[in-house]
Amino acid sequence: MVAPIELEIGEAIGAPVERKEDHKLLVGQAQWVDNMRVPGMAYMAVVRSPYAHARITRVDVAPALAHADVVAAYSAADLQEEWAGSLPCAWLPTEDTKAPPHLPLAADKARYVGDGVAVVVASSRAAAEDAAELVEVEYEPLPAIVDPEAALAEGAPLVHDELGTNRCYTWRLDAGEVDALFDEAEVIVRGRFRQNRLIPTAIEPRAVLVQPLPANGEFTMWSTTQVPHIARVTLSGVLGIPEAKLRVIAPDVGGGFGSKLNVYAEEALALGLARRLGRAIKWTEGRSEGYLATIHGRDQWQEIELAANADGKISAVRARVVAAMGAYLQLVTPGIPLLGAWLYAGAYDVQGYSFECTGVFTHTTPTDAYRGAGRPEATYAIERAVDALAAKLGKDPVEVRRLNFIREFPNAIAAGLTIDSGDYDAGLDLALGTAGYKELRTEQAERRAKGDPKRLGIGLSTYVEMCGLAPSKILGAIRYSAGGWDTATIRCLPTGTVQVLTGVSPHGQGHETTWSQIAADLLGYDVDEIEVLHGDTAVVPLGMDTYGSRSLAVGGVALYFAAERIVAKARLIAAHKLGVEPSQVDYVRGRFTGPEDSIALKDIALAAWTAHDLPDGVEPGLEASFVYDPPNFSWPSGAHLAVVEVDTETGNVEVLRYIAVDDVGTVVNPLIVDGQIHGGIAQGIAQALFEEAVYDDDGNLLTGNMVSYLVPSAPDLPSYELDRTETPSPTNPLGVKGVGETGAIASPAAVINAVCDALAADGVTDIQMPATPERVWRALEEAKR
Amino acid sequence: MRRVSLSVNGDQHELELEPRELLVYVLRERLGLTGATVGCDTSSCGSCTVLLDGESVKSCTVLGVQADGHRITTIEGLAENGALHPLQESFRTHHALQCGYCTPGMVMAAVSLLAENPRPSEAEIRHALEGNLCRCTGYQNIVRAIEAVA
Repeated sequence: MVAPIELEIGEAIGAPVERKEDHKLLVGQAQWVDNMRVPGMAYMAVVRSPYAHARITRVDVAPALAHADVVAAYSAADLQEEWAGSLPCAWLPTEDTKAPPHLPLAADKARYVGDGVAVVVASSRAAAEDAAELVEVEYEPLPAIVDPEAALAEGAPLVHDELGTNRCYTWRLDAGEVDALFDEAEVIVRGRFRQNRLIPTAIEPRAVLVQPLPANGEFTMWSTTQVPHIARVTLSGVLGIPEAKLRVIAPDVGGGFGSKLNVYAEEALALGLARRLGRAIKWTEGRSEGYLATIHGRDQWQEIELAANADGKISAVRARVVAAMGAYLQLVTPGIPLLGAWLYAGAYDVQGYSFECTGVFTHTTPTDAYRGAGRPEATYAIERAVDALAAKLGKDPVEVRRLNFIREFPNAIAAGLTIDSGDYDAGLDLALGTAGYKELRTEQAERRAKGDPKRLGIGLSTYVEMCGLAPSKILGAIRYSAGGWDTATIRCLPTGTVQVLTGVSPHGQGHETTWSQIAADLLGYDVDEIEVLHGDTAVVPLGMDTYGSRSLAVGGVALYFAAERIVAKARLIAAHKLGVEPSQVDYVRGRFTGPEDSIALKDIALAAWTAHDLPDGVEPGLEASFVYDPPNFSWPSGAHLAVVEVDTETGNVEVLRYIAVDDVGTVVNPLIVDGQIHGGIAQGIAQALFEEAVYDDDGNLLTGNMVSYLVPSAPDLPSYELDRTETPSPTNPLGVKGVGETGAIASPAAVINAVCDALAADGVTDIQMPATPERVWRALEEAKR
Repeated sequence: MRRVSLSVNGDQHELELEPRELLVYVLRERLGLTGATVGCDTSSCGSCTVLLDGESVKSCTVLGVQADGHRITTIEGLAENGALHPLQESFRTHHALQCGYCTPGMVMAAVSLLAENPRPSEAEIRHALEGNLCRCTGYQNIVRAIEAVA
């Protein structure tokens, strides 16, 4: 192994480079799974339970088989032998976590509306969907339970009878003398909050296409997935297909936000049917079908208590969460609320910390990762509680935050992890300055004084989050089944271009551009001379895919280290060519310079390929790989400030301004970083004001399509005012942290703090998300009584 | 089946269509024009927006047979002689797309807006895009991209 050379960061890193991905997307040449057709392809449709809880007493597929265009139709029992194992859950957080079997079709009982009970294959999608309605299923409906707290009560209907309980697990984290600190506290504030259930709604519905090669036992699966690598390793287990015989490709993928960080029944069904029928199988989700069959997010009850002194200095935090798992455990369902487990004290310096989470089965669509995954929930609880503390003490929320900020970095927080870097005051200063905080408070007071029915509210959220998932050792310690490393390969081609292979799998984030900037910067190429390959298990090395704001902080750092290896090897060849010792050769951005002469890295790439004259012991070719396992999480932080107008006559909330100051470490591409923050804020405002998946008591999803589930459109949202501070992460040589989720993490708290601030003088102290006009109006009426 | 004559991006097509075939599936599956995408089943998302005789329509709410004799423009027909339409160019320079799934519909809706109202205000732009959902961008850069061309 050649000793690496530390590389300098140049100008391509940090430049607002226009995205390489955009042209094909703008002219309609994207490769969506739903566009694809292969010879012999048949279409699959899934018959789904209309009941949230029912015994399945009879399934008769014969009427569907009688349809002229139907190729095959199967009940769960018919397909039993296809499955070598359950659909995967990769995170069972305690030894006694209950993980009931989860096969691609339900055989004995349906456990949520949308649970698959039979499958039909036909020569067209329309025929498959028509014939699915011909399948006769007899159900014996049973009582359902949809609220996770109610599901814990004695006598509640059981989702999985054999477990004897709906409790999936209880996970605890205790640090410091929490009880003693609460006993000594001069002030205690308590909050109880609802994390509304959300439907991720990537605009591209899910789709899968499997093409078998029966003679070789090989399968190629194109899937709308964030996780082609995880899909391959787990689906090979579900189907009993040797991992090496399964190729998974994520082509262009139209957004995910966590919903495509999963391994779904339909992927397994398409593989199983392709194997059984020996022909290609395709399935595309209808949107309303997807609202039942694709994971949901959040759905938690939270309780938080702060112990503080009379000045507002917080000494301890106690948090308790009851989280809905839904009817089954999907890929990381139980772990999602735990990704917030270390963050219920937020950006504040406390001595005592206690967190407990109970996961509960309910007769609902399974929950799993949705943008932020655990961290928006934690941030919401602490930021709402800090505002409650300020209100109780009659202090400005800014003052209480400043009194409690963590100021020394790296900082070993009470919860047990170490925050890498930050400057929380700097972010808050910038946000307050941009907002004109004092002037806003003056305007607020003036409106109140003159009895303006439109109240002004100002809400803060000074957050810190942990992302860049994750150090493999820590993942092991919290019982996650895989590692958190990732891979990069750099292949310098002989004709002056470069292939970068990455183990992460973008679905809208612009990694091709960002990775090109990094490689171009470090190796002295033009951005356009770099080609980034991803998302195909037959092309790229094993990786861990894209979720949890990990791609740049793990995969991007792997790319840096691979570049170091390229330069180290190329320097040996350069020295040989220049007739000097390697130690006499300097490297600056694509060029090696000796005492007298210099040579370009591109020329070394050609020389390494011809291999006519290499130093002894040096292998031909200029290619290097690096697998990077981060030593710590990365810790973005910031200050968000929402200004809202609340109409006390109608209950309507309008976000007038939204200011976001974020510290995501080193910024590689400011266009892309700002875009990520915009999108995250929009989703967070949506959680705060618009979106909620609602079930009735029988477990029917009342918001089962895009008409009834309110995804905000352009007129519903403000323009965002962005700024940033930059404290590079000392954990990695690029100094990067991660940006995919910050907006969604910070913004629900900022918006609801603003709404409650607007109505504080009216006696309103809390409004459950989403703060719809009806909820706001009712809160005002309640406060009048 | 019914015989239908469509002009799509200047090309004439004679097709035998089932009455129930939606225009978006005619474009995607019969003509191989996969630029317009399908994001919902309730005419909510606007990913399938195309121009019918120059005006934006959601091609999931038009039957193929209804388009008989009409002129359709899709995202594939917007660039001229290899040069991107100013809105396509502006979407790129303003980073107005991320995953890109809604983008063809969003661009076509913007083309239609500017044809009707060449100088829209920000509020008018936002209102005009009400029927086109984007989950990635938070809309701000889309609005800026359209403002820059207006």
